[in-house]
Amino acid sequence: MTADNEKKGASRRAFLKGAVAAGGAVAGAGMARAAGPDPLITEVQEWASGLGEGVDATPYGMPIRFEGDVIRRNVEWLTADTISSINFTPIHALDGTITPQGCAFERHHSGAIELKKDDYRLMINGLVDKPLVFTYEDLERFPRENHVYFCECAANTGMEWAGAQLNGAQFTHGMIHNMEYSGVSLRTLLTEAGLEAAGDLSDKWVYVEGADASSNGRSIPMDKALDDVLIAFKANGEALRKEHGYPVRLVVPGWEGNMWIKWLRRIEVTNQAVESREETSKYTDTLADGTSRKWTWVMDAKSVVTSPSPQSPIKHGPGPLVITGLAWSGHGAITRVDVSTDGGKNWQQARLAAEGQSKALSRFYLEIEWDGKEMLLQSRAHDETGYVQPTKNALRDVRGENSIYHNNCIQTWWVKENGEAENVEVS
Amino acid sequence: AAEAKRLGIGREALPEEVAAWDLDVSPDGTGLPEGSGSVMDGEMLFVDNCAICHGDFAEGVDNWPKLAGGDDTLADKDPVKTVGSYWPYLSTAWDYVHRSMPFGAAQTMSVDDTYAIVAYILYSNYLVDEDFVLTNENFLEVEMPNADGFIVDDRAETEYPRFSEEACMENCKDSVEITMRAAVLDVTPEEEGKAEP
Repeated sequence: MTADNEKKGASRRAFLKGAVAAGGAVAGAGMARAAGPDPLITEVQEWASGLGEGVDATPYGMPIRFEGDVIRRNVEWLTADTISSINFTPIHALDGTITPQGCAFERHHSGAIELKKDDYRLMINGLVDKPLVFTYEDLERFPRENHVYFCECAANTGMEWAGAQLNGAQFTHGMIHNMEYSGVSLRTLLTEAGLEAAGDLSDKWVYVEGADASSNGRSIPMDKALDDVLIAFKANGEALRKEHGYPVRLVVPGWEGNMWIKWLRRIEVTNQAVESREETSKYTDTLADGTSRKWTWVMDAKSVVTSPSPQSPIKHGPGPLVITGLAWSGHGAITRVDVSTDGGKNWQQARLAAEGQSKALSRFYLEIEWDGKEMLLQSRAHDETGYVQPTKNALRDVRGENSIYHNNCIQTWWVKENGEAENVEVS
Repeated sequence: AAEAKRLGIGREALPEEVAAWDLDVSPDGTGLPEGSGSVMDGEMLFVDNCAICHGDFAEGVDNWPKLAGGDDTLADKDPVKTVGSYWPYLSTAWDYVHRSMPFGAAQTMSVDDTYAIVAYILYSNYLVDEDFVLTNENFLEVEMPNADGFIVDDRAETEYPRFSEEACMENCKDSVEITMRAAVLDVTPEEEGKAEP
């Protein structure tokens, strides 16, 4: 590849910046051997002599300024405006599994509203023994649970159905976050209102909606509502962020993010699905013959290599390389992740950083000795049901290219000899 | 079970409160209030409140949603999904317009306004005549072209068995070619908010 046709995209500049940071030296295995004594060691640095900030400087801190590129990003052309829109978690730069709330993706349909606890009300009505109104303080008096779950937008990777489009794991796979939630089970609240009036519960539904103008109403079958759905008011230890539903949101483990109603204001027990806009016009998946699937709630097993990736190129040259990424499944725990460096010809099992947790992100690592040659990097998740993450072609064989949502295909990064990576499709 | 115990938290919702918030309308008409609106009235309301984004004829402006057109395009390469071509139930149109539109000024349309606007959207999709009046009485008589276009999630039958076979680990294919590149398309946003050096 010549300099003329190289893209001046994010990865190229990130790569150059990295090279400059390394003193302009050509990246290589010998980099660790300095030409002479390192002044960062031999000379007393300012921070080793003067003083840092006092403990009163930062009552609530932000990341250090050197991490200023680890931020949510918007892709302007995706939506008509930024109010009913999406942004992306910088998964290419994160490690572990817990998503920092401040850079965890947002998806709103009428913007992120400001709703204070004093003004918050939650109603339960419909086929219940006694319709109830709760204040925020009421909710904190119910027995509480803690769980870690991923929230993945149904449209994550949706722009990639017809081909390789966006150049970076943040953009192709960043409509996701993973938090530890504290809250009350929906089962507890439904019990408080009483379900005797509903009779046979097997054919009943709950309709849930938010306090915002879009309302985002969705229908959930009763068996899921009574299983593991949470009314959450804390995430990663603190109150929900405004943009994530403060003060109360629904957590619907394993199911598409649209159903995780934010600013939750009402839960209605019904005889039937309401078939609201968000489960007819949207969040239905059109197949090749023009018919569409509805109620595709579960997010299937999926994974992505977060580094190396287009926004996280290899800057250190050949030698030891950590390949890492994320895997998750709405059906349960991740049991295994395979990684290929040759576009799926051969695979080796990666190492899970911890035992897979049900419906939560898992971190995987594969440590290799990189020979400096091109790679076609892929990862393939397995979940506890025996499901193996499919290729994009395998999904397209079943669905065609127009289903928009639920693209859990295997992602390929083309890692070039210079360490840059690009989003590609392979045969 | 312990969780079946009521704790006596919260208070009973009053009928006025339930009426104020429980506005959803289901496909069988459950929740639909009494009222009516004509195509003619709907056209005026639409031009005043909706057309700036959705166009005078509900055909959509710029990237804003098209509410009409797209008939018989669902199996095309680029389907045009509108109320007429795609939406299975009229209840959804009524419910969504009433609660969440116009964008930025939701819940400002009265019950009769909503009937009229929905009547106009039907007219824009050539589904009713220009003298049509939509009411809670005739609501379920309107036939939506794509009412039968949806199937319940069938992945358990069509995908999970196929994708649960033992995975190949070695020599899984003869050759690998790059068939598509994101950098050629070049639609990824430029880096902003860079780290300070």
